[in-house]
Amino acid sequence: MDTFWIILTGSLVATCGALVGCFLVLRKMAMVGDAISHAVLPGIVLAYLIAQTRDSLPMLIGAAIFGVLITILIETLHRQGKMQIDAAIGLSFTWLFALGVILISVYAGKVDLDQDCVLYGEIAYIPIDIWLWNGKNMGPQAVWQLGGLLVFTIILLTLGYKGLKITTFDEKFAASLGISTVFWHYALMSLVSFTTVLSFESVGAILVVAFLVGPASTAYLLTKRLSQMLFLSVLLGIMAAIGGYFLATSLNASIAGGMATVVGVEFVLALLWVSYKSKKIELSLMGE
Amino acid sequence: MQTLIDFFSFTDPNVRWVVLGIMAMCAGSALVGVFAFLRKKALVGDAVSHAILPGICLSFLVTESKATWALLPGAFLTGWFSLIAIDYLTQHTKLKSDSAIALVLSVFYGVGILLLTMIQNMELAQQSGLDKFLFGKAAAMVYEDVVVLIGLSLLIIVVIFSLYRPFRLMTFNPDYAQSLGYPIRLLEGLISGLTVLSVAIGVQAVGVVLMAALLITPAAAARYWTNRLSVMLILAAVFGSFSGLMGTFISYTYPRMPTGPWVVTVLSVIAILSVLLGRKKGVIAHQRKLYRNRRKMLEENLLKCLYHLGELDSDWQKKRTWTEITQKRLFTKRQFQSAWKTLHRKKLLIADREGLALTKEGEKVGRRVTKIHRLWELYLTKHLHLASDHVHEDAEAIEHIITPELEKELELQLGYPELDPHEELIPYENKDLKK
Repeated sequence: MDTFWIILTGSLVATCGALVGCFLVLRKMAMVGDAISHAVLPGIVLAYLIAQTRDSLPMLIGAAIFGVLITILIETLHRQGKMQIDAAIGLSFTWLFALGVILISVYAGKVDLDQDCVLYGEIAYIPIDIWLWNGKNMGPQAVWQLGGLLVFTIILLTLGYKGLKITTFDEKFAASLGISTVFWHYALMSLVSFTTVLSFESVGAILVVAFLVGPASTAYLLTKRLSQMLFLSVLLGIMAAIGGYFLATSLNASIAGGMATVVGVEFVLALLWVSYKSKKIELSLMGE
Repeated sequence: MQTLIDFFSFTDPNVRWVVLGIMAMCAGSALVGVFAFLRKKALVGDAVSHAILPGICLSFLVTESKATWALLPGAFLTGWFSLIAIDYLTQHTKLKSDSAIALVLSVFYGVGILLLTMIQNMELAQQSGLDKFLFGKAAAMVYEDVVVLIGLSLLIIVVIFSLYRPFRLMTFNPDYAQSLGYPIRLLEGLISGLTVLSVAIGVQAVGVVLMAALLITPAAAARYWTNRLSVMLILAAVFGSFSGLMGTFISYTYPRMPTGPWVVTVLSVIAILSVLLGRKKGVIAHQRKLYRNRRKMLEENLLKCLYHLGELDSDWQKKRTWTEITQKRLFTKRQFQSAWKTLHRKKLLIADREGLALTKEGEKVGRRVTKIHRLWELYLTKHLHLASDHVHEDAEAIEHIITPELEKELELQLGYPELDPHEELIPYENKDLKK
């Protein structure tokens, strides 16, 4: 049963990550996603210190605030401060992450978050933390939270599919249609923060990047249609979650690390397939 | 106070070496970072630092030792490999550079975590403490580690300064450098190698996640103070080593405080201050420049206005009242007040109860601005064939910018004309000189 819950949790993280990640990859904002996933750390710790619980609602709020805060910080450094964009990203997220680590060490006794959790999560402990409802065992809390996030993501994507699609591919055209690019920008950034926070316990703040960017990049290599890319990346993400679990248990190692490794393997295989196909096309063209 | 003295007197040999090691390492990575920053590859350093992790684990699996010298080869290898992977992905696939960096970063890191946790569960005698590489273990470094740290940092510093010229050319003008016969590919390889090396040694002190800051932040901060590469390198190194010093000091004073995050925090504060205060590109310097330009335009406009009023009755030293002036040109009360006060102080006009009058000096400035305005209008109609009612706005702006050299050139090009397109006299300072 534990195996089932762990794989289900991993698949939910992978699915949420892949759906959001496709838009990050297409908008050339993968590193902003990386930055947000680091920057939510102080938000999580502060929320924990203020609310004194491990409930996800205060953490979500804290993380969303810091997720939006870092995007504003990056924009301000870049626009007002005239800093080149890559340096602005690098400076902002390392600083916020450093503050988060400092907070954790200052309140080491009071915060029930350890540093390992930040770095690679504890997906193996997910099945222990169950949700009791009217005395009934409803399964792990994380599954419910991630399930909720997935429903929320799907609703947002279905309702805003057109807006997100147009603002992603042609910002000027979107503006001429009266679609707000700023709104969709911040909607997406908040979604990235939510995904990071809810994946935090299972895979940690850094490995979530593998789920955001990995399957989406692989799908991006394989297809040219957005709908196919979304579908494919979800499929690849779930496959990575399953494969990663068995890889990690056979090596007796971190399950989240194993899942990220399989994400990498999938990408390399896709890359080989794509270059093999383009070689074949090249050869057939030369033959004629 | 006592800890302050204890720390800065460096009597404790342990403290002395650790501090020196961290300062040298920070300076070295700041220097390397300047080149990464200028080549717009700042975030690649972040990927390299994450990619070090699997290398450290592999090295440990082979040597079963945690000493720096034992772990470095593996770290260097995977770090280098991640650079090649990023380059390949951005050049040969349709992936954009940001996705390539994020992908390589997270996958290498994931493999590293897989190996690390595998080692931890293997119950090898030496393994405990290997995870310190994630957040750095500045406080736990032993003498041998520090020696390696200082030695390699000095190597990086020496290489950068001895190859300063070729590196500079490669950064700013690779084509020109190639035509001069510099081996560009070799130099690029060398700078990549130095990046990987500095990350590999730096990771020990601040950990894989924060290492990127030691590369990017000092360079980003230094950029606000100078436009010269040599100054920028020195500044970045100073910022880096100062933060190293402060970070170790803080964690020495409060043992619960981690070194790496504090080094990064000090660095970030320096960077934010630089963004605000920087002499070359800083926000405040920029605002001041804008303000000064606006002031200059306002003052020149007032002098010009007084000059125009003088033209009516050929008396430039006559007192003009506020009503007269605002009928000629609209000034807000506040603008007007502050402008005449400054001009009065500069002795360009005389102000009293009856009104404002130009001094001889003020008349000169007013005449020059008027002349440039009218010459420019003529230039636009004559050479750009613009309609004469379309040229005023443009001349309003350019009259404050034209330098004396350009002014001379304009006069020569147009042949010292008498009238502008609106049939107004173009005033020259010395009427005889124009012949």
